[in-house]
Amino acid sequence: MSQNSLRLVWVYPDLLSTYGDQGNALVVERRARQRRLNVSRVDVRSDQQIPTSGDIYLIGGGEDRPQRLAAERLRRDGGLNRAVENGAIVFSVCAGYQILGHEFINDLGQREPGLGLLDVVSTRGEGERCVGDVLGDIDERLGLPPLTGFENHQGVTHLGPTARPFARVRLGKGNGTGDGTEGAWNDTVFGTYMHGPVLARNPQIADLLLKLALDVNALPPVDDRWYEALRNERMAAATQTA
Amino acid sequence: MAGNTEPLPPRAKLAVTAGRAAAAVSRVAGRGSGSVIGGKVSLRLDPDLLARLARHLDVILVSATNGKTTTTRLIAEALRASGPVVSNALGANMPAGITSALAGGSDARYGVIEVDEKYLAGVARDTTPKAIALLNLSRDQLDRAAETRMLAEKWREGLAGSKATVIANADDPLIVWAASSSPNVVWVAAGQEWKDDAWSCPSCGGVLQRPGDDWGCADCGFRRPRPTWALNGDYVLDPQGSAWPIHLQLPGRANKANAATSAAVAATFGVPPQVALERMYAVQAVAGRYDVVTFMDRQLRLLLAKNPAGWLETFSLIDPPPTPVILSVNARGADGTDTSWLWDVDYTRLAGHPIMVIGDRKLDLAVRLEVAGLDFRVCENADEAVRMAPPGRIEVIANYTAFQDLRRRVGN
Repeated sequence: MSQNSLRLVWVYPDLLSTYGDQGNALVVERRARQRRLNVSRVDVRSDQQIPTSGDIYLIGGGEDRPQRLAAERLRRDGGLNRAVENGAIVFSVCAGYQILGHEFINDLGQREPGLGLLDVVSTRGEGERCVGDVLGDIDERLGLPPLTGFENHQGVTHLGPTARPFARVRLGKGNGTGDGTEGAWNDTVFGTYMHGPVLARNPQIADLLLKLALDVNALPPVDDRWYEALRNERMAAATQTA
Repeated sequence: MAGNTEPLPPRAKLAVTAGRAAAAVSRVAGRGSGSVIGGKVSLRLDPDLLARLARHLDVILVSATNGKTTTTRLIAEALRASGPVVSNALGANMPAGITSALAGGSDARYGVIEVDEKYLAGVARDTTPKAIALLNLSRDQLDRAAETRMLAEKWREGLAGSKATVIANADDPLIVWAASSSPNVVWVAAGQEWKDDAWSCPSCGGVLQRPGDDWGCADCGFRRPRPTWALNGDYVLDPQGSAWPIHLQLPGRANKANAATSAAVAATFGVPPQVALERMYAVQAVAGRYDVVTFMDRQLRLLLAKNPAGWLETFSLIDPPPTPVILSVNARGADGTDTSWLWDVDYTRLAGHPIMVIGDRKLDLAVRLEVAGLDFRVCENADEAVRMAPPGRIEVIANYTAFQDLRRRVGN
């Protein structure tokens, strides 16, 4: 990859694009173009091969059956695992996050193998669905401002020793394990339960993905006025409803 | 055919009377039409009341994600050619509101009933409809609604034993999956601009192939049925191959599709397409939707769009640039509290329009439009947004409670 080009891959929009998570692709694309990068965005449908030469892969949330179909097709395809071996950055949300782990519970109530790209195992919670605004603090090693998002899931995700919690929630459920963790990450693979979409609510995470993909420490600033206004409003709203 | 041959039993009469009293109290208290509370009181006193009221009517049910209120109105207008109609015209579409509406129409021959998607199977069981119109299914209020394909599955199970004639959209794979368990289906090629909830085969999960207007699954063979009615541009094609022009006052492709479906429904009750369509032309606005209101010397056209499929159809009917557009979005209970769906709407379609943004969630819209690369103004309220536009037509697009807020402000 050259310093001024970026290949963005949006994985399986036909199955995993139900909760507006397409917005994550739109935000990364927009912020990359604002930095004058040559961005090519590839939307890969589930009957197509996953390209292995992408720089950033985005995977969204979806309903239970599409999640199982996506896991089956991604395992058979193998391209995403090869891309990660090649150093690609992967950012996943909700159903996509579960797929990146070792296993999750599918729509038939069975344990479905994931891709093993994150050291996490997901089960289905017994209680009510987690629905609502979330406020949290992102792992300080990533140097990012507070996390805001919207969660809508019934998953419980347990982290293994090589996965670090992406954030700790102040308000909301996150991983649903009761320990306050939200999401998981290792050096290049990220998972979160946050919709919103999460990169529209947290543009600094989009910039982090760009910096990791470009292997740079800083990016030229862009006008974040509306993002900041939205963040302040949503963080205040989360605090009020809590 | 139906008729008031069998009087209501005393318990049902009492339930109807008590419901009306409760509705009147609610109206006096300024809490709306009272139809929902009235229906709840009635159903509490007589749980079988809905079935009893329906027994006297030829019942037609209408359900969909989008267009059900308008289509209910169009079908009601068309059937009035053949007899008196009772209908939940204001969109109170759950069992209580439906019961209340039917209780108000003791002389009617037809009951034309809009039904909330989640209640369709139950209401179909209670009311033994003669016809059921199914228009489209797509994502809507995912923070509280069932998954879209699960909804289609429930419809399919609920309609499997129904004796009703199902009038269904052949262009929506989820509708076809839901309807094709029924023994008696009239397929209408009514179109569906939004395709993003039906890329997976509802039957086997395979990837649907969608060349042109056709669709089908290569894995299991589930495919678009051959329609007998069709919307073709500005015409309805009937099963005999005659083309009837559509001259609705209601704008847009989606309403032409609603008219085509309504004509097919009317035909099953012996009302010819020409007669049915002419009666539909009288409809100007439906519960305030599509109404043009003069406010601060501008003409505001009020358009309701509640979900990505609805916004897509709305973008295709607005006047071209430089007509200004006001967008208003809330996320209160009735809207769904998650605004993520804004990102499934392709706002680049608004390029060239001056855009003003209002509503509780104007900042979500602002970020959405910023990322779409559009110019826009964020305004505090409707007055400020209207003032930004020169005198003339303004297209105002709002989701559910934002639409109600606007109607209150602009006096519609």
